[in-house]
Amino acid sequence: MSEHSVIVGAGHGAAQLCASLRSEGWSGPITLIGEEPVLPYHRPPLSKTNLNPSGEHAPPLIRPDSFYVSKEITVLTNARVDAIDRARKLVRVGARDIAYDKLALCLGSVHIQPPIEGIDGARVFHLRTEAECTAIRSRVRPGARAVIIGGGFIGLEVAASLRRLGLEITVLERAPRVLSRVTSPEMSAFFEQLHRQEGVRLFCDTLVERITENGDVLEVWSKGSSESHKADFVVLGAGAAPNDALARSCGLDVDSGIVVNEYNQTSDPDIYALGDCCTQFRPLYQRRIRLESVQNALDQAKTVAASLNGKNTPHDAVPWFWSDQYEVKLQMVGLSDGFNRMVVRGSPEASQSFSLWYFRDGKLIAVDAVNDSAAYACAMKCMKTGLSPDPGHVGDEQMPIKEILRLTQENQHA
Amino acid sequence: MATITFITPDEETVVVRDAEGTLMSVGVANNVKGIDGDCGGVCSCATCHVQVDPAWMDKVGAASENEMGLLELEDEVSEFSRLGCQVRITSELDGLVVRVVGR
Repeated sequence: MSEHSVIVGAGHGAAQLCASLRSEGWSGPITLIGEEPVLPYHRPPLSKTNLNPSGEHAPPLIRPDSFYVSKEITVLTNARVDAIDRARKLVRVGARDIAYDKLALCLGSVHIQPPIEGIDGARVFHLRTEAECTAIRSRVRPGARAVIIGGGFIGLEVAASLRRLGLEITVLERAPRVLSRVTSPEMSAFFEQLHRQEGVRLFCDTLVERITENGDVLEVWSKGSSESHKADFVVLGAGAAPNDALARSCGLDVDSGIVVNEYNQTSDPDIYALGDCCTQFRPLYQRRIRLESVQNALDQAKTVAASLNGKNTPHDAVPWFWSDQYEVKLQMVGLSDGFNRMVVRGSPEASQSFSLWYFRDGKLIAVDAVNDSAAYACAMKCMKTGLSPDPGHVGDEQMPIKEILRLTQENQHA
Repeated sequence: MATITFITPDEETVVVRDAEGTLMSVGVANNVKGIDGDCGGVCSCATCHVQVDPAWMDKVGAASENEMGLLELEDEVSEFSRLGCQVRITSELDGLVVRVVGR
C-alpha cells in the first residue's frame, strides 16, 4: 500500500520537501496544503526587488506549476489546517478531513506584535507574504515618509529598498544597536553607518510606545520623547516567533518551537517539522537552535525526505545567511554567538569589502563577509570540514584567500 | 528565447526549447539535476555552477568578481565556470550547451 505524505505550509521548506521526497523515491501520494492563494514562492525578494512599483511585482515561484503536475503532487491553496487528530491521523481543513500516513509541519514563523498602542492601524504593515508586500508597494512614491520599527534584517532591507526608491526613511530600534541578535557590534556599526550615509534617520535605544493618526499623517511616539516621528505609513520588523500553535494544540512537544530530533521528527514518530517553526539540538553548537532562514528550511527538508524514505541521516548542515542592502552583499556562515576572539580582514572604514572571523577557543565558529564572497566561500569550506584557519593568516590582507584555505587544509593533513 | 542543452553530472542530456529567464531558473523549472538555485538567483549560494562550452564563452561572458569569489574555491572551477543565475538567456545564446557541475 502506498503511503500518503501530507505537507502543511507552503514556504521554501515545503517546496523543497516535495522535490526531495520524489527524488529520494517516495511513490505514494503527496498533498501540499498552504494558506496563501499561490504556489510556494521565493520570499527574500519581498523586502527588496518586489517593493519597486516599476519592477517585477510577483515574487518568482520556487517551482513552476508544471513541476507539481508532473510529480503528481496535489496542491491545496487558500487552505488552512485548523486541527490535527493524531489518534486518527487526520488533518482538518475547514469542513474536510484529510488522512495522512506521514505529516510534515512546515509552518514557518509569525511576526511578533510588540505592545504598541495603535499598531493595528490600516497603514501599519508587516512583511511576510506577497499580499503584505503588495500593500506596502501601493504606498511607495518618491518623497513619501516611512517609519520602520525594528532594525533587524527585514527592517534594514526594507529601509534600503525604500530609500533607493526615493522615500524618506526613519528606522527605530529598541536595542542599543541594529542586527544585535545576529551579529557582532562591529558589523552592526558598519550597517548603522551605511544607512546613515544613505540618508536614513536611524535611532537605536528607542522603544516605540504608540502610533497616533493626525489627519493623513501617522505619528510614531517613542518612550521618553516629546517629539513624534511623522510618517505616511509604518512597517513593522520587530522579529518573529515560531508558528507552533497547531503543534501545541495537538499535544506535540513544543518549547519555543516544535521540538524535533536530529531527523526532524517530532515527539510523534509519524509527524516531522522543519524550518522556522522547529527547534533542534545541534552538536556543532551544543545547544538547541531555532533558525529563521531559507537555507535551514531547505536542508531540514532534505533531512525529512531522506528519513521518510528510510535513509536516516542526521541534520548537521552549517547555517548560512545573506542580506542585500544598497550595493552591499552580506554573507554569513555559522553562528557567531559565544565567540571569544574576532579577527578583522580588511577595513570596514576604508572600503565596503571586508570580513569578520569569529573564533571560540581557537575554533572558527562563524564568518560575516561584506562584498567578499571569496572569504565567505573559504569560511564555508573550513566549517563544513571542521577546520579552523590560523587567525594570523586571516588577518593578513596580503595573503590571498586561496592560500589561507590551502594552508589550513595542509595543516590538517600534516 | 533560446534552446539550451544541459548535461547533468550523471551524463543525462536535457534539452530545453523556448527557454526564458536565467540558466538557473530554466534548470530548476525543468528539474535539471545539480541546479538547485537555493538563494533564488542573487549570487549568494553557488548551487547552480555550470561549465560553459568553450565555444560559447565569448557570447556568455566571464563571471563578475563577486561570482568568481563564490566559484574560485570550488573543486571543479575553470575559466569556463559560471553561476547559472548570473547568465540571462537571450536569443544570442540559442544553441548553448552547458555542463552542470552539481555537488
